[in-house]
Amino acid sequence: MDMNEIKEIFFQECEEQLAELESGLLKLNDGDRDPETVNAVFRAVHSIKGGAGAFGLDDLVSFAHVFETTLDCVRSNKLEPTQDVLKVMLKSADVLADLVSASRDGGGIDESRSRALVKELEALAHGEMPSASAHEAPKPAPKAAPAPAPVAKAEPPKPTDESGFQPIPFTFDGFGDDEEPALEGSVYEITFKPRRELYSKGNEAALLLRDLSRLGDMSINCDMDALPALDKMDPEASYFGWKISLKTVKSEDDIRTVFEFAEWDCDLDVKLAEEAASDEELPMIPVPFDLGILDEPSTSEEEEKAVQSSADETVAAAVSAAETATSVAKAAGRASEKKESAAAAAAAAAQNNAAAAAAAAGQTIRVDLDRVDRLINLVGELVINQAMLSQSVVENDATGTSAVNMGLEELQQLTREIQDSVMAIRAQPVKPVFQRMSRIVREVADMVGKQIRLVTEGENTEVDKTVIDKIAEPLTHMIRNAVDHGIESPEKREAAGKDPEGTIKLSAKHRSGRILIELTDDGGGINRERVRQKAIDNDIIAADANLSDDEIDNLIFMAGFSTADKISDISGRGVGMDVVKRSIQALGGRISISSRPGLGSTFTMSLPLTLAVLDGMVVTVAGQTLVVPLTAIVETLQPEASAIHSFGASQRLISIRNSFCPLVDVGRVLNYRATQANPVEGVALLVESEGGGQRALMVDAIQGQRQVVIKSLEANYTHVPGIAAATILGDGRVALILDVDAVVAASRGQSMKPEMSLAATG
Amino acid sequence: MSSFAVKNLAQGSRELIAFRVGDQEFCVNIMSVREIRGWTPATPMPHAPAYVMGVINLRGAVLPIIDLSARLGMAEAEPTARHVIIVAQVKSKVVGLLVEAVSDILTITEENIQPVPEISSDLEKQYARGILAIDKRMICMIELDALFPEKESEAA
Repeated sequence: MDMNEIKEIFFQECEEQLAELESGLLKLNDGDRDPETVNAVFRAVHSIKGGAGAFGLDDLVSFAHVFETTLDCVRSNKLEPTQDVLKVMLKSADVLADLVSASRDGGGIDESRSRALVKELEALAHGEMPSASAHEAPKPAPKAAPAPAPVAKAEPPKPTDESGFQPIPFTFDGFGDDEEPALEGSVYEITFKPRRELYSKGNEAALLLRDLSRLGDMSINCDMDALPALDKMDPEASYFGWKISLKTVKSEDDIRTVFEFAEWDCDLDVKLAEEAASDEELPMIPVPFDLGILDEPSTSEEEEKAVQSSADETVAAAVSAAETATSVAKAAGRASEKKESAAAAAAAAAQNNAAAAAAAAGQTIRVDLDRVDRLINLVGELVINQAMLSQSVVENDATGTSAVNMGLEELQQLTREIQDSVMAIRAQPVKPVFQRMSRIVREVADMVGKQIRLVTEGENTEVDKTVIDKIAEPLTHMIRNAVDHGIESPEKREAAGKDPEGTIKLSAKHRSGRILIELTDDGGGINRERVRQKAIDNDIIAADANLSDDEIDNLIFMAGFSTADKISDISGRGVGMDVVKRSIQALGGRISISSRPGLGSTFTMSLPLTLAVLDGMVVTVAGQTLVVPLTAIVETLQPEASAIHSFGASQRLISIRNSFCPLVDVGRVLNYRATQANPVEGVALLVESEGGGQRALMVDAIQGQRQVVIKSLEANYTHVPGIAAATILGDGRVALILDVDAVVAASRGQSMKPEMSLAATG
Repeated sequence: MSSFAVKNLAQGSRELIAFRVGDQEFCVNIMSVREIRGWTPATPMPHAPAYVMGVINLRGAVLPIIDLSARLGMAEAEPTARHVIIVAQVKSKVVGLLVEAVSDILTITEENIQPVPEISSDLEKQYARGILAIDKRMICMIELDALFPEKESEAA
């Protein structure tokens, strides 16, 4: 593994840490005061700083350090995480993300912005806790971070000429005091001996010791036995070791966490010195039972009792949390929560839970996306091949009872399962996309001077990676639109009797094999008069066209439509909602809007869970085999002659349970035949299309239902109106997949044009 | 297969693949040909120009089939099992060209190429790049890129 690979891993981890950081900050912003959340946020920044230090990314380190310092004030309850504080922090998280990507991809960042934020962060740290300013003062790099006097003395990792130096025990009282004051707990004997690699990777023993000192009451002895005579000394080698005695309520795991980045580069030994004392001590402490700090609401009274009775075991478990199962670690966390003061307890629990989470995370692997893609393609081919094979067997074995046939059925099941599992590999929660949106909301809201809160829901909803990658862009555009046009200015909102702070809600959920993403704002809703006027001005509709409210709302999806009076920097860059709609449709998705004047608008997007396979109904139209996406079909029916009604010159309607629905001959729309087929001889597929309208699609016959692998037509050919993609059927031939919305739109266009020209002349 | 094959791949010489469309012979640069395969029925494409016969499955990829006869302004082909498909790379896309038969692989030098006579119509001017006289046959050298310009997609 060369340096670049390690660096790549670091950046991947940064990405995760940044996501963690942002979600933590957002939780705090929503009023979550769980110390665990603060810890998670702190940990994220700390990890980024640590890694960046190892790679010499100074800009990143210095910014992360300032950020971390301020977060530390929050962690130690010196700084109240108010909305204003969090606003700065969220911005800092954005800048940190920028710095990470700048470090990875090269390129610069907005220096003035980061400098301004550094000042703000410093002000927060200083303003609230001037006493701690000595070690809270931001410095360009952790190496240069000024440790207070005792640490400075305890910093002999670079052996110089002090060969006569004697080990000096000293305490770290001065540091421990921004942690819990009363230190009931166990005493650990820690032996720490760094190897030379530790220093060559940019770690600093003094900083580790300082971090360690924050866990509790600490005394330290420097072991300099290994120090050679001056003439034999290698200036870059490591000769010192430390023997530390630490009295703390934290677990061994927490202590090891301090050495997280250095553990492979040092000899570390952590022992519990006074086991007996702590075992007796802990259960005697009064138990403040605060339900609010429990992370899992399922914790019952019985469980609590059980935890109490097994206090000894759980304490032991807490000591070896790293090896214990997740549940035990959590139990230990809970046990300690109940036995210690709230703040300290929750912090310990957070650490324990983190250990548990780390254990769970250990079961995942990073895989190159290309490999997964290749696997998916291969499985796709396997599915086609399997279908071809079974078709030829069926043709030669009419009874379907031979052993080959039975075997094939099992193969079919297995293939299905393999396909599902492979698809599951690519399934990812939409969370990262949603988090990017919160940043966009912040930035755009700042630009236009609006106060907007983004609420996300169902961010753990999983969807195929290809879909995730592709929804970000249309979603970004819609979010910008919602901030710029949807939400009113604070003054207007107040005048309308609304909360000056607008809310945008972004939610995701699974709905019948698709993912449904809803974007709701509580703004002014669609200004129908203006939309209508604009549509008339742009020749989209006739001046006296009679349109329902819904139809007017949906006009915003028409090409060349933008209601922004002036072109702003944020939206209205010439890309309108029509582009959004087209990109959603290209994904096999649908989008619709519903709006209530004065109350806001809701955009609803329905997207397929994957772009690689599709459940379809195989139908015959004019001798050709077509696949209709199953998700579009509401029902199928065999029309009776009495249900068909002619309407105008060429239109026909079909009556279904007393309502009339336009009949669309797919063969005509696709130009497969010159004249309309007789509906009575075919089958009607009732489909739900974009905009809510139902249409009955006429096909000649239904062949069956099957899962098909989507093949691009555009790769070697071109986009065909009415056709979404192609697939390869069991007989090895190509079948086309119908684009239901386009077919419906085409039929609507045909019926709309005469109406509009009539409206224009009349 | 008789061969003209002046077997010297000296400087300036190049190899072409010759094929029959209707009663005429054409040739294209061999470097753009990926493979030659037998005819299989194609799935017709809606709204496609007459010369697009449809698409076939080429080992999992969707391959459009062009009726070269129709594309060159001659009668539409009626494909039989003896027709062949020349799978060719045209710019970034891969297309199948339906022809009656592949007749030759020619190695020629620039001197063998005669200019296209002035009488040609617009269509021929567009794609014809020269004429070869070989064994008393006349073979028209065509440029595939010119047959399928970028805008071709919009004709569909």
